[in-house]
Amino acid sequence: MTRKVPINVRVNGTKYERMVEPRRLLSDFLREDLGLTGTHMGCEHGVCGACTILLDGDSIRSCLCLAIQADNAELTTVEGLGDIEALNPLQQKFREHHALQCGFCTSGMLMTVTDMLSKNTSLTDEEIREGLSGNLCRCTGYQHIVDAVRDAAKQAGDVSS
Amino acid sequence: MKPPIFDYVKVSTVEEATAILADSSKEAVVIAGGQSLLPMLNFRLAAPEILVDISGIEALKSLIERDNVVTIGAMTRHVDLGSSPIIARHFPVITKAVTHIAHLAIRNRGTIGGSLCHADPAAELPMMALLLNAELMVAGGKGPRTIAAKDFFQSALETDIQEGELLVSVSLPLLPPNTGWGFEEVSRKSGDFALAAVSAILVVNDGEISEARIAVAGVDETPRRMNGAEAMLRGKMLDDDHLTAVCETIQSEINPETDLQASSNYRRHLIGVLTARVLKDAFAGAGGIFE
Repeated sequence: MTRKVPINVRVNGTKYERMVEPRRLLSDFLREDLGLTGTHMGCEHGVCGACTILLDGDSIRSCLCLAIQADNAELTTVEGLGDIEALNPLQQKFREHHALQCGFCTSGMLMTVTDMLSKNTSLTDEEIREGLSGNLCRCTGYQHIVDAVRDAAKQAGDVSS
Repeated sequence: MKPPIFDYVKVSTVEEATAILADSSKEAVVIAGGQSLLPMLNFRLAAPEILVDISGIEALKSLIERDNVVTIGAMTRHVDLGSSPIIARHFPVITKAVTHIAHLAIRNRGTIGGSLCHADPAAELPMMALLLNAELMVAGGKGPRTIAAKDFFQSALETDIQEGELLVSVSLPLLPPNTGWGFEEVSRKSGDFALAAVSAILVVNDGEISEARIAVAGVDETPRRMNGAEAMLRGKMLDDDHLTAVCETIQSEINPETDLQASSNYRRHLIGVLTARVLKDAFAGAGGIFE
């Protein structure tokens, strides 16, 4: 056990100060130290996309970031989008289009799409598929996810214009 | 799949970083965006004693154009390279190449310095450095020095960076007028490492190629310039027969490996097909007329 060092983060608007080992992955920090288990761990080497979160507004793989690197950062996880009584618009579209089956990849999908839509809401299907290509889903065949994202993008575009 | 134990130091100046890197009593490794290093730590393929985090060095995040040279700080992220108007204006081939680097979440953290120093033979930016005759500025060690891209990549995951040295920036000389470019890559799925990638720069004056550069990735121990093929193009027009001869020359000069992803022969085949496309694009972009 190496010495632990203090880090400060704000996650979904709440401030946390915790002691971490330098080798603590951000994904483990969120799940095990903060109890935010909505972020899922699939491959733990940056291939599957399940652990995608937002760091200072940009999507990142939380398994490819040390907790200590996120010191003083603003993080958003799937728990920050909406909750079971009040889904956010993107989550609502996933529900309407049956864009999930087992749900393992869903939190990563939602965070990836949140980043995509924050930068551009006029996406072609090809751009949507390209944007989702770093997130693996073994259930849906992706079609319903693409449908949900297309619809969510249209709604976000309508609202902002 | 958890990293081994290490100490961690976040530095705010180049001097602080090189001082730690020069201390040979502990094995120190630089972490920039960490998008190659973290998987290696998670797999325990790397086990440094100290990680030196250079993400807090603001001086490494600039991207400037001055005196016909674009200088890119080592901590410039892929996403910033891909959206830079300076890069899009002078080096659209880089803008295109960046779209092939992994996925948005990786491009949001990965850096040009990290990619070059990791030196994966199938990565895009090392190939770009070779294609664009980059000069790499290094601090620390026996004093600051400049390394030409052609001397930088020594073998797979090995560079000319010496103990105590830190890559600080990459300089790209601007291209002449009448320049065209091409970039093609094949990977098993979007964002994966290249099975084969080819990029080219052609300068065309009076219908003739006055300068030719071709770089390949994924098909040898390092990214490579294809000097023999480049010499065949200089002073020539581009027609079908000549294009075929150039592609065959390149296919004979590379040494692709067979692995689980693709056979050596398939990679060699891809390089031929992609080279033909890339050279046609570059020739047309430079105003040449393909016969």
